[in-house]
Amino acid sequence: MRKLFRIRTKIDLKLYNALALGVFLLVLILWTVLSEAGSISQIFLPSPKSVLAYLVHIFASGQIWPDIGISAYRIFMGFIIAAVVGLPLGILAGTFNFAEALIQPLTEFIRYMPVPAFVPLIMVWFGIDESAKIALIFLGTLFQLIPMVADNVRAVPEDLLSAAYTLGAKRTTVIMKVIIPAIAPRTMDTLRIMIGWAWTYLIVAELVAANSGLGYNILKAQRYLKTDAIFGGILIIGCLGLLTDRLFVLANRKLFPWAEGGK
Amino acid sequence: MFGRKKQVQAKNDVVIEARVANSKILVSNLRKSYVNKSRETVAIDDVSIEILDNEFVSIVGPSGCGKSTLLRILAGLDEATGGTAILDDKLIDDPGADRGMVFQTYTLFPWLTVEENIRFGLKIKKTPPKQADEIVDHYLEVIKLTPFRKSYPKELSGGMQQRVAIARALANSPKVLLMDEPFGALDSQTKSEMQLLMRQIWQVDKPTVVFITHDIEEAVFLSTRVYVMSGQPSVIKANIPIFLSYRRSLELKDTKEFIDYRHKITALLHGKESADSGES
Repeated sequence: MRKLFRIRTKIDLKLYNALALGVFLLVLILWTVLSEAGSISQIFLPSPKSVLAYLVHIFASGQIWPDIGISAYRIFMGFIIAAVVGLPLGILAGTFNFAEALIQPLTEFIRYMPVPAFVPLIMVWFGIDESAKIALIFLGTLFQLIPMVADNVRAVPEDLLSAAYTLGAKRTTVIMKVIIPAIAPRTMDTLRIMIGWAWTYLIVAELVAANSGLGYNILKAQRYLKTDAIFGGILIIGCLGLLTDRLFVLANRKLFPWAEGGK
Repeated sequence: MFGRKKQVQAKNDVVIEARVANSKILVSNLRKSYVNKSRETVAIDDVSIEILDNEFVSIVGPSGCGKSTLLRILAGLDEATGGTAILDDKLIDDPGADRGMVFQTYTLFPWLTVEENIRFGLKIKKTPPKQADEIVDHYLEVIKLTPFRKSYPKELSGGMQQRVAIARALANSPKVLLMDEPFGALDSQTKSEMQLLMRQIWQVDKPTVVFITHDIEEAVFLSTRVYVMSGQPSVIKANIPIFLSYRRSLELKDTKEFIDYRHKITALLHGKESADSGES
């Protein structure tokens, strides 16, 4: 017991796993008891059984796949465009002080504007087709990405750059052969956090202006008070988010065996 | 306008002086200060040193005396606010491959293996691959890390990393090797081994070395000459040639001559004695 409360001390891995699993089970049991006891209407809290039945149904019938497909497409496009634009801008801002002055204050300003507030504007500009959702994800992630990449560049030890200079490297070589490889693992991690944001903005976009996708599915379920479908939809999104997150972690370990914790 | 011209003339004079004196490095009246919120902090007051070809010169001094700043100026990583630093017959004003440097912190590129690290400078110089292979193999041998050639820096101990850093700098065949307390972060056992290795490297290849340390024993053991630097003001206090046997082993540290040098420099550093010792 005393061991549990030692500051920053690892506990037994078995105990750790048991605790983590226990919390999941606890939530599940609580949920079952509350919904099956009958004190709460199925409309407010569907039973785990009915949510599971719904999930089995949509996967078995295959009707969910197009929604997952279109949502994944939107995320992928918005995220890729944000990365293609944001990575160079972030590297510039972190490398050159004048670029920082040009890029970062404006970025920080826009970063604090609530992205969902842009939805009406985006609908005016892009209508309600695919480009609107992609634009929203792009806007939502780009301005978070730039300052984080710039910080990654600033975290590269000064002596590493000095060493390169004393080995004959000039400016371009230092950027291409030192700064970029040095920030690669950390930047993969930044992208991992970004894709989490992307999932959030995807659902915002699909809740407001879409006729397909996982978010739209949830909205549709709400209209018919199908709470089990709402629960199911949220669970699917959660699992997909977790899956992309783990994929990023795995890719990071495989791509950068030299980094701490890699292999 | 006129002032600028005069300054250039003065710098040219120093270059000529360096050529005449045949010195590898000539530092004249170097000064470095920082202005922060209109207050000036002086890192180096007035330093003049001369280093000849194939010399191993250490600069010892208390922390904060400006010795690292001096080395960074020689590397071209910092700019002096006054005076000149000359390598051969060229004013030092930016970093270059002709001045290799080993830092106190671990500066191996973590994404490159040991051999790729050593090859870094050769690649920039576009050395033919075959020749580069030979150079890399040679220095792996010198630092006794051939079995670790494919390892990443994170798999190496601190001492091994510094050995690779030395090899990486030497592989570039610089005119002068600048070392900024390279063994400062190592445990004493590893430190002694590194000193011995460094001395052996020097005995074989005679690279010109400028070595910064606050460890007097280290300075005496490695060097052919030691500059003693003081903190306030930041100037050179003494210039002490070390006449000890050419082939040095760690036992040398227990001999009377060695200990005498150590005491002498210690006394100078603590200011108990005036600089009566071979000031040039």
